[in-house]
Amino acid sequence: MATLTLETLKRFYEQLWRIRLFEGYVQRLTGQGEIPGFPHLSTGQEAVAVGVCANLSRSDYLFSGHRAHGHVLAKGSDLYATFAEVIGRQDGLCRGRGGSMHLVDAANGFLGATGVVAGNLPLAAGAAFAAMERGDGRIAAVFFGDGATGAGVFHETLNLASLWQLPVLFVCENNGYAEFTSREEHSKVARVSAFASPYGIPARTIDGNDVLIVHEAAREAVERVRAGGGPRLLECMTYRMAGHFVGDAQRYRSKEEMAAMKEKDPIERLRRHLVDRGAAGSELEEIAARVKAELDATVERARRAPRPDPAGVLDWVYSADSVHPGRG
Amino acid sequence: MSAVELNFIEIIRRALDEEMSRDAAVYLIGEDVAAGGAFGATRGLVDRHGPRRVRNTPISEAAITGLATGAAICGLHPVLEIMFIDFATLAMDCLVNQTAKYRYMSGGQLSVPMVVRTQAGAAGGAAAQHSQSLESWFVHVPGLVVVAPSSPVEAYGLLKSSIRLGDPVLFVEHKRLYGMKEELPEGAGPLPIGKARVARSGTDVTLIAYSAMVRTALEAAENLARSGISVEVIDLRTLSPLDTETLVQSVSRTHRAVIAQEAVEIGGVGAEVAARLGSLAFGELKAPIARVGCPFAPIPFAPELEAALLPGAKQIEQAVREVMG
Repeated sequence: MATLTLETLKRFYEQLWRIRLFEGYVQRLTGQGEIPGFPHLSTGQEAVAVGVCANLSRSDYLFSGHRAHGHVLAKGSDLYATFAEVIGRQDGLCRGRGGSMHLVDAANGFLGATGVVAGNLPLAAGAAFAAMERGDGRIAAVFFGDGATGAGVFHETLNLASLWQLPVLFVCENNGYAEFTSREEHSKVARVSAFASPYGIPARTIDGNDVLIVHEAAREAVERVRAGGGPRLLECMTYRMAGHFVGDAQRYRSKEEMAAMKEKDPIERLRRHLVDRGAAGSELEEIAARVKAELDATVERARRAPRPDPAGVLDWVYSADSVHPGRG
Repeated sequence: MSAVELNFIEIIRRALDEEMSRDAAVYLIGEDVAAGGAFGATRGLVDRHGPRRVRNTPISEAAITGLATGAAICGLHPVLEIMFIDFATLAMDCLVNQTAKYRYMSGGQLSVPMVVRTQAGAAGGAAAQHSQSLESWFVHVPGLVVVAPSSPVEAYGLLKSSIRLGDPVLFVEHKRLYGMKEELPEGAGPLPIGKARVARSGTDVTLIAYSAMVRTALEAAENLARSGISVEVIDLRTLSPLDTETLVQSVSRTHRAVIAQEAVEIGGVGAEVAARLGSLAFGELKAPIARVGCPFAPIPFAPELEAALLPGAKQIEQAVREVMG
């Protein structure tokens, strides 16, 4: 395992906190009615986002699903523009057209979160295909949940990606739940990685709550994919500390399960690593406090940001106005 | 040297070949396309442009449509073949939720320059799952362009402009047109998207059609001319966007309108055309707008039943006579 510098670990720590606090704000503002729609929180799954994205370059393509906030931030998107999109402002990444479930930051290689489970998988294969044809050294990665394995297009895409040896990394965040239904209730196949083998795709199942384990596994996988070794699949066992969506009463989880959650917390896990490596507790607290101050200021700025002008509601339906039935 | 006539399939092949030579980002993707395609439209193109750019796929409509969409947002110009429009049902999540909306949802950051070539319509006992006319489903989705050519020469120009457009296009070819032959005029090139065509000039009634139904409409117009009724036939060419201007202009001269389509009448393109004429040309109309379409049933297998269901020149002629009073 490549040893990461203490500085890198501190950066990961900061990133984990940034996602955690971002989700906390989304939860609170949704509860207050300031954020419309159905935001899905990635609280508890931050280590997967940070560990994988640390191995991607800015120009690599990344796709995600409905639970995408952490992925966008880990890919390096601007905190303000991301929050502004989630809250539906003109300064948002997508000018308020996408929202929480459809984040896109093309300049940063984040090509899209899709709100339909498994719909993102073939898009990533297509982006990988374009990169392969251009031979520009880029790869594509896509995050999806264990629930996606129930969709036919998951299997179609694995087959196609393997057949064409596409430079794509499939990252499953196995958080144990497909919406409200546990893995045991929706599949006889316990491990998502088991689906990769019949399609000839090397796969691993790892502890997704330890950012160092995720980082190392992703480093190895990305290296092989980038070297032309075809697709890889990484199943990251993680835990969704939040409900399926903001407001989910989570009656399907036991009290014991909720209590055991803290033990799995990726932030706590990294904090212990850092302390073992000699980081001072006070310094770690400072990092968390700094991120909180950054979030506080960013969220306030986004709340005050201008709302999209209704006059532009027909913008960007088509490239050319001449083919827009409402404008042509 | 006499000019060579080409059938619909041969002309599609020529347009694809020329566009692939013009633009290295154009890729052909689909089931059997490297083998020439189920109807032969891509025959030989793998030899001319290589196996990287002419790609056979597994029978995975959802994945290949997603793959083409993902490749399009990353700079390729895929031409995807969905063998029958009936099979587009398997790709609907992607086409409706991703392909059509990518540009809008991203606030204009990304666009999807791809064409989905597909084949529709009833002929020869293809039966209920290989004969449908589902184009109106796609007309209902903002972000998609829907093109339905009526002849080989039309298909040549419209396919070229579809490939060059920069937005996702559903390009619907009618299987009954595949054997139709035409001479490709010298200098033929891309045709404008969103502009209808007057296929036959007339003064008494405007007959609006698209795809293979344009031929049927022209046949009906010819028959009606013998009874002294002058019919103007309009070929819509593109169903989304719809060229309302050309329709209103024509109806403003003829004061009567009949719309003919092969798709079931309810909720179809004809309903949209009728609604627009009803609101934009109401004062010009001397008779209610008539519609001709398929009765509300799946396409049957037996030739007698298929023929009984499909609207033909007779039904159109009757509708025209009715609006003529």
